[in-house]
Amino acid sequence: MVKSDFGYNSKVEGEVIVTRADAVVNWVRSNSVWPMPMGLACCAIELMAAGGSRFDISRFGMEVMRFSPRQADCMIVAGTVTYKMAEVVRRIYDQMAEPKWVVAMGACASTGGMYRSYSTLQGVDNIVPVDIYISGCPPRPEALLDGMMLLQEKIRNEGGSLRRTFRGRTVETKIVS
Amino acid sequence: MDAAALTSRFPTTQDLTGKDMPTYRVAGSDLLAVVSALRDEQGFDLLADLCGLELQGRPVRFGVVIHLLSTTHKEYVRLHVDAVNDRVPSVSSLHPGANWHEREAFDMFGIVFEGHPDPRRILMWDSYPYHPLRKDFPLAGIEVPFPAADVAEVTGQKVEPAPMMGGPFVSHGGKMSTGEPSALDQSWTEEKPKA
Ligand code: SF4
Repeated sequence: MVKSDFGYNSKVEGEVIVTRADAVVNWVRSNSVWPMPMGLACCAIELMAAGGSRFDISRFGMEVMRFSPRQADCMIVAGTVTYKMAEVVRRIYDQMAEPKWVVAMGACASTGGMYRSYSTLQGVDNIVPVDIYISGCPPRPEALLDGMMLLQEKIRNEGGSLRRTFRGRTVETKIVS
Repeated sequence: MDAAALTSRFPTTQDLTGKDMPTYRVAGSDLLAVVSALRDEQGFDLLADLCGLELQGRPVRFGVVIHLLSTTHKEYVRLHVDAVNDRVPSVSSLHPGANWHEREAFDMFGIVFEGHPDPRRILMWDSYPYHPLRKDFPLAGIEVPFPAADVAEVTGQKVEPAPMMGGPFVSHGGKMSTGEPSALDQSWTEEKPKA
């Protein structure tokens, strides 16, 4: 939560913190982003490293890797997306409950990377809306953490609804109903 | 290995005098008999590799190369089979390990392995119309519909030729280095800048 999101003065409010529902919801969401590890190639190794004790992604409330899309908030696409796998990536994205975010980790997921060939989708943003792109081949775990912190920043600044544009169409999801 | 036994029993087998291991050209009609004779009589009990290849400028366009290893005599033999009319008998009844290798050769070259228990593609999706390792197939690919129609409908995505930017693997002029790639000057670091 940013400072302006809450008012707290122990002399005035006692043990009560006054805030807005959006700010609380965003604060909760941004600090418990459960990732769906879409590990498709070598980048997934760095994703695993980020989950390990040395880099410790649980400092950000993201250590709960959910292999079921029904329980995940953020799909981390770590690796080369082939056309054959693209279908699966999109289906898993569709199975995730709103609100959901996508992080394209590494050159392959962002643009197809060095695989300029018949088999590779040239960027996962062709099939799912991507919130954060992380450069690198592979990105170091620090870079992934930096990207995830940017995602937290983005979640914290979301308004009453979640708006994202994909291929010219705007998809809107209400945060507080 | 007993080369004389092989060539006398299978007269169409031709010794190609391989530089690294005994190499024979085997007729497709003899392939199963040759492989089973090598396995049962000469101890070549392990199929080390099976791959397809395209030979330009030769009457038969495709071929299959099989490497067999004898785990008792510690030696290899290489068999070369021409795929006449793009067809080769499957050896997966003799060496079950050939199964996926043959599916890959079919997927990439379109060589049909007769008698294969499961003749599907293995790398590309089943409805893919081309065989990408053929010499006349462009590396960037050819536009075809997306594998899943419902996903294609939502995303508007097709299988598109990749942007090659004049490539593959363009270098921007200059002389090609012949040395091993390495960090030559390691005397400078972040604290101690390059002289
Ligand atoms: S970006 Fe590099 S490290 Fe990551 S999946 Fe692609 S090739 Fe592997």
